[in-house]
Amino acid sequence: MSKLRVVHYINQFFAGLGGEEKADVKPEIREGKVGPGMAFAAALGQEAEIVATVVCGDSFYGENMEEARKLVLDMVKGQKAHLFIAGPAFNAGRYGVACGDICKAVSEELGIPVLTGMYIENPGADIYRKHVSIVQTGNSAADMRNAVPAMAKAALKLARGEDLKASEDGVMEKGIRKNMYREARGSQRAVDMLIAKLSGQPFETEYPMPDFDRVPPNPAVEDISKAKIALVTSGGIVPKGNPDNIEASSATKYGKYDIDGVTDLTSDAYQTAHGGYDPVYANDDPDRVLPVDVLRDMEKEGVIGGLHRYFYSTVGNGTSVANSVGFASKFAKELKEDGVDAVILTST
Amino acid sequence: MVHICTVVPISLTVGANRIVPAIAIPHPLGNPKLDKKEEKALRRQLVEKSLKALQTEVDGQTVFEC
Repeated sequence: MSKLRVVHYINQFFAGLGGEEKADVKPEIREGKVGPGMAFAAALGQEAEIVATVVCGDSFYGENMEEARKLVLDMVKGQKAHLFIAGPAFNAGRYGVACGDICKAVSEELGIPVLTGMYIENPGADIYRKHVSIVQTGNSAADMRNAVPAMAKAALKLARGEDLKASEDGVMEKGIRKNMYREARGSQRAVDMLIAKLSGQPFETEYPMPDFDRVPPNPAVEDISKAKIALVTSGGIVPKGNPDNIEASSATKYGKYDIDGVTDLTSDAYQTAHGGYDPVYANDDPDRVLPVDVLRDMEKEGVIGGLHRYFYSTVGNGTSVANSVGFASKFAKELKEDGVDAVILTST
Repeated sequence: MVHICTVVPISLTVGANRIVPAIAIPHPLGNPKLDKKEEKALRRQLVEKSLKALQTEVDGQTVFEC
Protein backbone atom coordinates (compact mmCIF):
# COMPACT_ATOMS: atom_id res chain seq x y z
CA MET A 1 0.00 0.00 0.00
CA SER A 2 1.30 3.45 -0.82
CA LYS A 3 1.93 5.86 2.02
CA LEU A 4 -0.65 8.39 3.14
CA ARG A 5 0.16 11.88 1.85
CA VAL A 6 0.31 14.38 4.72
CA VAL A 7 0.48 18.18 4.48
CA HIS A 8 1.78 19.98 7.57
CA TYR A 9 1.07 23.64 8.54
CA ILE A 10 3.53 25.58 10.73
CA ASN A 11 4.27 29.24 11.53
CA GLN A 12 7.32 31.34 10.68
CA PHE A 13 8.97 30.60 13.99
CA PHE A 14 8.89 26.82 13.75
CA ALA A 15 9.95 27.04 10.10
CA GLY A 16 13.11 28.79 11.25
CA LEU A 17 12.33 31.99 9.32
CA GLY A 18 12.46 34.15 12.44
CA GLY A 19 10.34 35.54 15.25
CA GLU A 20 8.06 38.54 15.32
CA GLU A 21 10.02 40.38 12.64
CA LYS A 22 8.90 37.63 10.25
CA ALA A 23 5.33 37.28 11.54
CA ASP A 24 4.04 39.10 8.44
CA VAL A 25 5.26 36.53 5.89
CA LYS A 26 2.64 35.30 3.46
CA PRO A 27 1.94 31.58 3.11
CA GLU A 28 4.55 29.61 1.20
CA ILE A 29 4.78 25.92 0.46
CA ARG A 30 7.89 23.78 0.74
CA GLU A 31 8.44 20.25 -0.43
CA GLY A 32 8.71 17.64 2.33
CA LYS A 33 9.09 18.18 6.06
CA VAL A 34 10.28 21.29 7.88
CA GLY A 35 11.06 21.95 11.57
CA PRO A 36 8.73 19.90 13.79
CA GLY A 37 7.89 17.92 10.64
CA MET A 38 11.09 15.93 11.26
CA ALA A 39 9.71 14.61 14.54
CA PHE A 40 6.32 13.98 12.91
CA ALA A 41 7.94 11.98 10.13
CA ALA A 42 9.58 9.75 12.73
CA ALA A 43 6.35 9.36 14.70
CA LEU A 44 4.18 8.69 11.63
CA GLY A 45 6.53 5.87 10.62
CA GLN A 46 5.89 3.80 7.52
CA GLU A 47 2.19 4.57 7.23
CA ALA A 48 2.44 8.20 6.18
CA GLU A 49 4.75 10.74 4.63
CA ILE A 50 4.81 14.54 4.91
CA VAL A 51 4.80 15.54 1.26
CA ALA A 52 4.66 19.30 1.81
CA THR A 53 4.80 21.93 4.53
CA VAL A 54 2.91 25.24 4.42
CA VAL A 55 4.56 28.06 6.33
CA CYS A 56 2.69 31.26 7.23
CA GLY A 57 3.43 34.19 9.53
CA ASP A 58 1.14 34.39 12.56
CA SER A 59 0.36 38.09 12.15
CA PHE A 60 -0.33 37.63 8.45
CA TYR A 61 -2.87 34.91 9.22
CA GLY A 62 -4.42 36.77 12.15
CA GLU A 63 -4.82 40.05 10.29
CA ASN A 64 -5.88 38.65 6.90
CA MET A 65 -7.81 35.54 7.85
CA GLU A 66 -9.88 35.23 4.69
CA GLU A 67 -6.97 35.82 2.35
CA ALA A 68 -4.61 33.59 4.32
CA ARG A 69 -7.19 30.79 4.50
CA LYS A 70 -7.70 30.91 0.74
CA LEU A 71 -3.98 30.97 -0.07
CA VAL A 72 -3.23 28.03 2.22
CA LEU A 73 -6.24 26.05 0.98
CA ASP A 74 -5.07 26.46 -2.61
CA MET A 75 -1.61 25.20 -1.65
CA VAL A 76 -3.03 22.16 0.17
CA LYS A 77 -5.40 21.39 -2.72
CA GLY A 78 -2.49 20.88 -5.10
CA GLN A 79 -0.95 18.19 -2.91
CA LYS A 80 -3.68 15.52 -3.15
CA ALA A 81 -3.30 15.05 0.58
CA HIS A 82 -5.00 12.33 2.62
CA LEU A 83 -4.35 14.00 5.98
CA PHE A 84 -3.68 17.56 7.24
CA ILE A 85 -1.80 18.35 10.46
CA ALA A 86 -1.26 21.86 11.90
CA GLY A 87 1.04 22.91 14.72
CA PRO A 88 1.36 22.10 17.57
CA ALA A 89 0.76 25.71 18.67
CA PHE A 90 1.18 25.21 22.44
CA ASN A 91 0.08 28.49 24.07
CA ALA A 92 0.81 30.83 21.14
CA GLY A 93 -2.54 32.60 20.64
CA ARG A 94 -2.34 33.73 17.02
CA TYR A 95 -0.69 30.45 15.97
CA GLY A 96 -3.42 28.47 17.74
CA VAL A 97 -6.17 30.45 16.03
CA ALA A 98 -4.45 30.00 12.66
CA CYS A 99 -4.07 26.22 13.19
CA GLY A 100 -7.71 25.86 14.22
CA ASP A 101 -9.00 28.03 11.41
CA ILE A 102 -7.04 26.34 8.63
CA CYS A 103 -7.91 22.86 9.94
CA LYS A 104 -11.60 23.75 9.93
CA ALA A 105 -11.32 25.13 6.39
CA VAL A 106 -9.37 22.13 5.05
CA SER A 107 -11.85 19.75 6.63
CA GLU A 108 -14.86 21.58 5.19
CA GLU A 109 -13.43 22.35 1.75
CA LEU A 110 -11.31 19.28 1.02
CA GLY A 111 -13.08 16.70 3.16
CA ILE A 112 -9.90 15.11 4.49
CA PRO A 113 -9.13 14.33 8.16
CA VAL A 114 -7.44 17.22 10.01
CA LEU A 115 -5.77 17.50 13.38
CA THR A 116 -3.98 20.13 15.42
CA GLY A 117 -2.54 20.40 18.91
CA MET A 118 -2.40 23.20 21.46
CA TYR A 119 -2.59 24.13 25.12
CA ILE A 120 -6.06 24.08 26.70
CA GLU A 121 -5.96 27.84 27.43
CA ASN A 122 -4.94 28.80 23.89
CA PRO A 123 -7.78 31.00 22.54
CA GLY A 124 -7.78 28.80 19.43
CA ALA A 125 -8.90 25.86 21.57
CA ASP A 126 -12.14 27.49 22.64
CA ILE A 127 -12.93 28.75 19.17
CA TYR A 128 -12.22 25.58 17.17
CA ARG A 129 -12.54 22.56 19.47
CA LYS A 130 -16.14 22.06 18.36
CA HIS A 131 -15.06 21.70 14.74
CA VAL A 132 -11.57 20.25 14.81
CA SER A 133 -9.82 17.45 16.70
CA ILE A 134 -7.30 19.17 18.96
CA VAL A 135 -4.74 17.19 20.93
CA GLN A 136 -4.12 18.85 24.27
CA THR A 137 -0.44 19.80 24.65
CA GLY A 138 1.67 21.55 27.26
CA ASN A 139 1.95 25.32 27.17
CA SER A 140 5.38 25.61 25.55
CA ALA A 141 7.56 23.97 22.92
CA ALA A 142 9.30 22.11 25.75
CA ASP A 143 6.38 19.69 25.40
CA MET A 144 7.18 18.98 21.74
CA ARG A 145 8.52 15.50 22.47
CA ASN A 146 5.19 14.48 24.07
CA ALA A 147 2.94 16.46 21.75
CA VAL A 148 4.23 15.12 18.44
CA PRO A 149 3.85 11.36 19.12
CA ALA A 150 0.37 11.94 20.58
CA MET A 151 -0.68 14.01 17.58
CA ALA A 152 0.81 11.55 15.08
CA LYS A 153 -1.00 8.64 16.72
CA ALA A 154 -4.32 10.47 16.77
CA ALA A 155 -3.89 11.67 13.18
CA LEU A 156 -3.26 8.15 11.92
CA LYS A 157 -6.38 6.95 13.73
CA LEU A 158 -8.41 9.67 12.02
CA ALA A 159 -6.92 8.72 8.66
CA ARG A 160 -8.03 5.11 9.24
CA GLY A 161 -11.54 6.38 9.90
CA GLU A 162 -11.48 5.65 13.63
CA ASP A 163 -13.09 7.92 16.24
CA LEU A 164 -10.93 9.74 18.78
CA LYS A 165 -11.76 9.64 22.47
CA ALA A 166 -10.79 12.37 24.92
CA SER A 167 -9.73 9.85 27.54
CA GLU A 168 -7.66 7.66 25.20
CA ASP A 169 -6.23 10.04 22.66
CA GLY A 170 -5.75 13.21 24.71
CA VAL A 171 -8.00 15.25 22.43
CA MET A 172 -10.21 18.04 23.73
CA GLU A 173 -13.91 17.34 24.07
CA LYS A 174 -15.78 18.61 21.03
CA GLY A 175 -19.02 18.81 22.95
CA ILE A 176 -20.84 16.72 20.35
CA ARG A 177 -23.64 14.48 21.59
CA LYS A 178 -24.13 11.10 20.00
CA ASN A 179 -27.17 8.88 20.35
CA MET A 180 -26.57 5.69 22.26
CA TYR A 181 -28.67 3.01 23.92
CA ARG A 182 -28.89 2.80 27.71
CA GLU A 183 -30.76 0.19 29.77
CA ALA A 184 -32.24 2.59 32.31
CA ARG A 185 -34.50 5.33 30.99
CA GLY A 186 -33.62 9.02 31.47
CA SER A 187 -35.87 9.69 34.46
CA GLN A 188 -34.34 6.73 36.29
CA ARG A 189 -30.77 7.88 35.53
CA ALA A 190 -31.56 11.46 36.59
CA VAL A 191 -33.04 10.34 39.91
CA ASP A 192 -30.05 8.04 40.49
CA MET A 193 -27.68 10.94 39.92
CA LEU A 194 -29.67 13.21 42.20
CA ILE A 195 -29.68 10.64 45.01
CA ALA A 196 -25.92 10.10 44.57
CA LYS A 197 -25.36 13.85 44.71
CA LEU A 198 -27.52 14.33 47.81
CA SER A 199 -25.74 11.52 49.62
CA GLY A 200 -22.30 12.84 48.68
CA GLN A 201 -21.55 9.93 46.33
CA PRO A 202 -19.67 10.44 43.04
CA PHE A 203 -21.73 10.66 39.86
CA GLU A 204 -20.93 11.49 36.28
CA THR A 205 -23.08 13.99 34.46
CA GLU A 206 -24.25 13.03 30.97
CA TYR A 207 -24.25 16.62 29.84
CA PRO A 208 -21.43 18.72 31.28
CA MET A 209 -22.00 22.46 31.14
CA PRO A 210 -19.36 24.39 29.22
CA ASP A 211 -17.26 26.78 31.23
CA PHE A 212 -18.89 30.03 30.12
CA ASP A 213 -17.14 33.09 31.41
CA ARG A 214 -19.66 35.74 30.56
CA VAL A 215 -20.68 38.94 32.26
CA PRO A 216 -23.81 40.94 31.51
CA PRO A 217 -22.96 44.15 29.63
CA ASN A 218 -22.86 47.34 31.66
CA PRO A 219 -25.42 50.00 30.83
CA ALA A 220 -24.37 52.69 28.37
CA VAL A 221 -22.51 55.74 29.65
CA GLU A 222 -25.12 58.48 29.85
CA ASP A 223 -23.03 61.59 29.44
CA ILE A 224 -19.56 60.93 28.05
CA SER A 225 -18.66 64.62 28.44
CA LYS A 226 -18.82 64.12 32.19
CA ALA A 227 -17.30 60.63 32.29
CA LYS A 228 -13.90 59.78 33.68
CA ILE A 229 -12.26 57.33 31.26
CA ALA A 230 -9.42 54.98 32.18
CA LEU A 231 -7.02 53.23 29.86
CA VAL A 232 -6.05 49.58 30.34
CA THR A 233 -3.95 47.50 27.96
CA SER A 234 -2.68 43.98 27.43
CA GLY A 235 -0.21 45.44 24.91
CA GLY A 236 2.57 45.87 27.48
CA ILE A 237 2.98 49.67 27.39
CA VAL A 238 5.22 50.68 30.32
CA PRO A 239 7.53 53.55 31.26
CA LYS A 240 10.90 53.26 29.53
CA GLY A 241 13.04 50.61 31.19
CA ASN A 242 10.01 48.55 32.34
CA PRO A 243 10.42 49.51 36.05
CA ASP A 244 8.20 46.67 37.33
CA ASN A 245 9.93 44.06 35.15
CA ILE A 246 6.68 42.82 33.64
CA GLU A 247 7.58 39.61 31.84
CA ALA A 248 7.66 39.62 28.02
CA SER A 249 5.49 36.50 28.08
CA SER A 250 3.44 34.57 30.65
CA ALA A 251 3.13 37.71 32.77
CA THR A 252 2.67 37.28 36.50
CA LYS A 253 2.03 40.96 37.20
CA TYR A 254 0.61 44.21 35.91
CA GLY A 255 1.74 47.82 36.31
CA LYS A 256 -0.12 50.96 37.36
CA TYR A 257 1.39 54.14 35.94
CA ASP A 258 0.79 57.81 36.65
CA ILE A 259 0.19 59.91 33.54
CA ASP A 260 -0.67 63.13 35.31
CA GLY A 261 0.40 65.91 32.93
CA VAL A 262 1.44 63.48 30.18
CA THR A 263 -0.15 64.59 26.90
CA ASP A 264 1.59 62.20 24.56
CA LEU A 265 3.36 58.85 24.99
CA THR A 266 6.76 59.42 23.42
CA SER A 267 9.42 56.90 22.51
CA ASP A 268 11.79 58.60 25.00
CA ALA A 269 9.57 57.93 27.99
CA TYR A 270 7.52 54.81 27.14
CA GLN A 271 7.96 51.45 25.44
CA THR A 272 6.29 48.06 25.22
CA ALA A 273 7.37 45.11 27.36
CA HIS A 274 5.39 42.67 25.18
CA GLY A 275 7.38 39.84 23.62
CA GLY A 276 4.63 38.49 21.39
CA TYR A 277 4.47 41.02 18.58
CA ASP A 278 6.98 43.10 16.65
CA PRO A 279 7.65 45.97 19.11
CA VAL A 280 9.06 48.43 16.54
CA TYR A 281 5.80 50.34 15.97
CA ALA A 282 4.78 50.50 19.62
CA ASN A 283 8.24 51.60 20.74
CA ASP A 284 8.36 54.24 18.02
CA ASP A 285 5.01 55.70 19.15
CA PRO A 286 3.35 54.05 22.16
CA ASP A 287 0.12 55.97 21.44
CA ARG A 288 -0.39 53.38 18.69
CA VAL A 289 -1.26 50.94 21.47
CA LEU A 290 -2.47 53.28 24.23
CA PRO A 291 -4.13 56.41 22.78
CA VAL A 292 -3.17 58.92 25.48
CA ASP A 293 -2.54 61.72 22.95
CA VAL A 294 -6.05 61.56 21.48
CA LEU A 295 -7.77 61.24 24.86
CA ARG A 296 -5.86 64.28 26.16
CA ASP A 297 -7.11 66.29 23.17
CA MET A 298 -10.66 65.11 23.85
CA GLU A 299 -10.32 66.00 27.52
CA LYS A 300 -9.22 69.52 26.58
CA GLU A 301 -12.08 69.87 24.09
CA GLY A 302 -14.60 68.66 26.65
CA VAL A 303 -15.55 65.60 24.60
CA ILE A 304 -14.88 63.46 27.67
CA GLY A 305 -15.01 64.45 31.32
CA GLY A 306 -11.44 63.43 31.94
CA LEU A 307 -8.71 60.85 31.50
CA HIS A 308 -8.00 58.86 34.66
CA ARG A 309 -4.67 59.68 36.26
CA TYR A 310 -3.36 56.11 36.04
CA PHE A 311 -3.28 53.51 33.32
CA TYR A 312 -2.94 49.79 33.95
CA SER A 313 -0.85 47.56 31.76
CA THR A 314 0.19 43.95 31.43
CA VAL A 315 1.56 41.69 28.74
CA GLY A 316 -1.09 39.48 27.18
CA ASN A 317 1.28 36.91 25.72
CA GLY A 318 0.76 33.35 26.88
CA THR A 319 -0.46 34.88 30.13
CA SER A 320 -2.72 32.44 31.93
CA VAL A 321 -6.43 33.11 32.24
CA ALA A 322 -6.11 32.62 35.99
CA ASN A 323 -3.45 35.35 36.26
CA SER A 324 -5.45 37.71 34.07
CA VAL A 325 -8.58 37.23 36.16
CA GLY A 326 -6.48 37.88 39.26
CA PHE A 327 -5.07 41.15 37.86
CA ALA A 328 -8.42 42.45 36.72
CA SER A 329 -10.24 41.65 39.94
CA LYS A 330 -7.69 43.81 41.80
CA PHE A 331 -7.48 46.81 39.52
CA ALA A 332 -11.16 46.84 38.56
CA LYS A 333 -11.86 47.43 42.26
CA GLU A 334 -9.39 50.33 42.33
CA LEU A 335 -10.89 51.83 39.18
CA LYS A 336 -14.33 51.76 40.77
CA GLU A 337 -13.06 53.29 43.99
CA ASP A 338 -11.36 56.04 41.97
CA GLY A 339 -14.69 56.94 40.39
CA VAL A 340 -13.85 55.79 36.87
CA ASP A 341 -16.99 55.63 34.71
CA ALA A 342 -15.69 53.68 31.72
CA VAL A 343 -12.64 51.80 30.54
CA ILE A 344 -11.02 51.54 27.13
CA LEU A 345 -9.07 48.27 26.95
CA THR A 346 -6.63 47.92 24.08
CA SER A 347 -5.11 44.65 22.94
CA THR A 348 -2.39 43.89 20.43
CA MET B 1 -15.77 48.74 29.03
CA VAL B 2 -14.96 48.73 25.36
CA HIS B 3 -12.31 46.41 23.90
CA ILE B 4 -10.25 47.75 21.00
CA CYS B 5 -8.50 44.78 19.39
CA THR B 6 -7.45 43.40 16.04
CA VAL B 7 -8.34 39.71 16.34
CA VAL B 8 -12.06 40.00 17.05
CA PRO B 9 -12.71 36.22 17.41
CA ILE B 10 -10.40 36.18 20.46
CA SER B 11 -12.27 39.09 22.02
CA LEU B 12 -15.57 37.28 21.42
CA THR B 13 -14.19 34.14 23.05
CA VAL B 14 -12.93 35.88 26.17
CA GLY B 15 -16.32 37.56 26.56
CA ALA B 16 -15.99 41.28 25.80
CA ASN B 17 -19.40 42.88 25.32
CA ARG B 18 -18.42 46.00 23.35
CA ILE B 19 -15.77 45.35 20.71
CA VAL B 20 -14.17 47.80 18.28
CA PRO B 21 -11.95 46.19 15.60
CA ALA B 22 -8.49 47.75 15.39
CA ILE B 23 -5.91 48.28 12.65
CA ALA B 24 -3.21 45.64 13.15
CA ILE B 25 -1.73 43.48 15.90
CA PRO B 26 1.51 45.46 16.43
CA HIS B 27 -0.22 48.84 16.05
CA PRO B 28 -3.92 48.55 16.92
CA LEU B 29 -4.44 52.33 17.04
CA GLY B 30 -2.02 53.49 14.38
CA ASN B 31 -0.67 52.97 10.92
CA PRO B 32 3.03 53.68 10.46
CA LYS B 33 2.52 54.05 6.72
CA LEU B 34 0.58 57.28 7.22
CA ASP B 35 2.13 60.60 8.13
CA LYS B 36 1.85 61.61 11.78
CA LYS B 37 -1.14 63.89 11.30
CA GLU B 38 -3.14 61.35 9.30
CA GLU B 39 -2.21 58.63 11.73
CA LYS B 40 -3.46 60.64 14.70
CA ALA B 41 -6.71 61.34 12.83
CA LEU B 42 -7.12 57.60 12.27
CA ARG B 43 -6.49 56.96 15.96
CA ARG B 44 -9.04 59.61 16.88
CA GLN B 45 -11.64 57.93 14.68
CA LEU B 46 -11.12 54.65 16.53
CA VAL B 47 -11.35 56.34 19.93
CA GLU B 48 -14.50 58.20 18.84
CA LYS B 49 -16.02 54.91 17.73
CA SER B 50 -15.10 53.42 21.11
CA LEU B 51 -16.75 56.30 22.96
CA LYS B 52 -19.83 55.80 20.83
CA ALA B 53 -19.79 52.10 21.74
CA LEU B 54 -19.63 53.04 25.42
CA GLN B 55 -22.69 55.23 24.96
CA THR B 56 -24.66 52.50 23.18
CA GLU B 57 -26.90 50.08 25.09
CA VAL B 58 -26.12 46.47 24.18
CA ASP B 59 -27.86 43.31 25.29
CA GLY B 60 -25.02 40.95 24.42
CA GLN B 61 -21.66 40.81 22.68
CA THR B 62 -21.59 43.51 20.02
CA VAL B 63 -18.93 44.26 17.41
CA PHE B 64 -18.96 47.90 16.32
CA GLU B 65 -17.87 47.52 12.69
CA CYS B 66 -16.50 50.38 10.59
